[in-house]
Amino acid sequence: MATPQPLPAGDAVIEVRDLNTRFGTAVVHENVSLSVRPGEIFALVGGSGTGKSTLLREVILLQPPVSGSIRVFGQEVIGLSDDEALPLRRRWGVMFERGALFSSLTVAENVGMVLQEHTELGEGLIRELAAVKIALTGLPADAGAKYPSELSGGMRKRASLARALALDPELLFLDEPTAGLDPLSATGIDELVRSLRDGLGLTIMMVTHDLDLLWRAADRVAVLGRNRIVGVGTMNELSQADDPLVRQYFYGPRGRAAREQAWKPK
Amino acid sequence: MIPANAAQLILGEASGEGGGPCTARCSGAWTVRGIADLDRHLATLAWPPQGEVVIDGAALAALDTSGAWLLHRVVRDLQRVGRAVRLTGLRPEFESLLQLVASRGIVAQEPAAAPPGWLARLGRRAWMLGVGTLGYLAFVGEASIVLLRSLRQPHRLRWRVILHNMQIAGIDALPITGFLSFLMGIVIAYQGADQLQRFGANIFVVDLVALAMLRELSPLLTAIIVAGRSGSAYTAQIGTMKVTEEIDALRTIGVTPQEQLVLPKIVALVIALPLLTVYTDITGVLGGMVMARTKLDISFDMFLDRLGEAISLSSYWTGISKAPVFAMIIALVGCYRGFHVTGSAESVGEQTTMSVVQSIFLVIATDAIFSIVFLWLDL
Repeated sequence: MATPQPLPAGDAVIEVRDLNTRFGTAVVHENVSLSVRPGEIFALVGGSGTGKSTLLREVILLQPPVSGSIRVFGQEVIGLSDDEALPLRRRWGVMFERGALFSSLTVAENVGMVLQEHTELGEGLIRELAAVKIALTGLPADAGAKYPSELSGGMRKRASLARALALDPELLFLDEPTAGLDPLSATGIDELVRSLRDGLGLTIMMVTHDLDLLWRAADRVAVLGRNRIVGVGTMNELSQADDPLVRQYFYGPRGRAAREQAWKPK
Repeated sequence: MIPANAAQLILGEASGEGGGPCTARCSGAWTVRGIADLDRHLATLAWPPQGEVVIDGAALAALDTSGAWLLHRVVRDLQRVGRAVRLTGLRPEFESLLQLVASRGIVAQEPAAAPPGWLARLGRRAWMLGVGTLGYLAFVGEASIVLLRSLRQPHRLRWRVILHNMQIAGIDALPITGFLSFLMGIVIAYQGADQLQRFGANIFVVDLVALAMLRELSPLLTAIIVAGRSGSAYTAQIGTMKVTEEIDALRTIGVTPQEQLVLPKIVALVIALPLLTVYTDITGVLGGMVMARTKLDISFDMFLDRLGEAISLSSYWTGISKAPVFAMIIALVGCYRGFHVTGSAESVGEQTTMSVVQSIFLVIATDAIFSIVFLWLDL
């Protein structure tokens, strides 16, 4: 395998151009374009059914769009065969909304399986590294021996994150990282996302509904609505935007509360 | 061949006599893809017996959490045996990564304990078998109570669901059961034809086909197909509902899963399977008729004339009477196995397999019991 070329500074890690998606006659995306820069935490937001998760699935090659271009690490991903996509897939990790842990394996085996599949590491080191990833996501040490069905929702998300981190990816996709979590666990995820980016230098693209997470962790946010992107920028920029959809999103009662929370002096 | 940027740890000579610091130089990319050889190398590495160790990380090209863990482990293992270790030359970002990994209390999972001996396994098997049988009996009892209660108030039965189940288990099964029993009729007539021709007893092919199909083969064949088709579907459906907590949801809204899921299936199958059996009786005999005409020159008219003499009504009824019992077995086993699914996807597959195997086993065993009972009763 060729060594991945380091990206020239300032080049986008993910570059989506003129993306069109339709399910039958229902239009989901119409000429959507966005770019994610190296080392940033990029968030996709929007109401239900605006195609956030669909866009994410298209970027990670789970679903082909009708037309358009998606470049990840500078490489066009649309139309790649599984063999061609493998080197790319090793460079990113995905955390699914409901965890998607393999239910017949323990958490440690879930993480170890990725390492077994893609590296030549010995059994002992794989077990240790699985434990490292599990610890990195803030799970207690005994969680590794448990099966996914024995974990709470929040722990399952963390375990899923540990699996996403197994190969030390450069790019991390998070689908609704805080959905269904209690406020305390959700705050834990906010901090975790930031510390992963700061500590491991990851680029993170996430889909979320959680305004607190947006204020605390996201560097830039894209708002999807009316089949396209209606606003991109930092949370501060977006909160001053004129677009009615963006205003609606950020100035609902919850949006205001989250904003006030974020502005509170620490 | 070692790639140019493979992770390496090169041990330098101890400087000076008797306990001067020994330098180990790290180089290459200490990343998850590059450390496999290094890990094996470290296991055999002979550190100098004493003195301070200086690990020089200035030549590290890359470090990720896996590499950082390895480096941390080297340091930790040395410190455990009482050696002083100093890290130098690490880039600040590598330093902080190392800190991040080192700051977590890490307990590597030990491999699972050795499997228990054969005696323990045998004991566990026997125990599980006993518990399983008891659980099955309890389930049958529970279902019977719900059934009796609803028979007292038939309006409480969910007729829409029952009709829907009858359509899926009965009407949709018509093509496959009909076709297979038709083939079975052909096979029996064909096998019998040779033997009967030898004795000039061609016409008795009618007795052979009709008796075999009506008394034994058609109820058994139909039950086995339905067990494979519908019994497995019941297990998979209820099992998946259990995984997605739909069963719990039913309980919370005050509907017992037995009433909503099990009862309609039992009722539907108890009605549908005898009807299916009548149908496969017909198609099976039809298969025999076709074969009798081509192989033995027995016309359809002759065949039908003989049919009335060949079989009594009781033969027909003994065959049909087995069907409701088979239906009970299939529906109960299918549902029971479904409720036994635990959280994983693997478990759904496991229980579905068990459901089909057990219901077919029980159907055949019950059929044998029926034969003995009918023999006693002289039917």
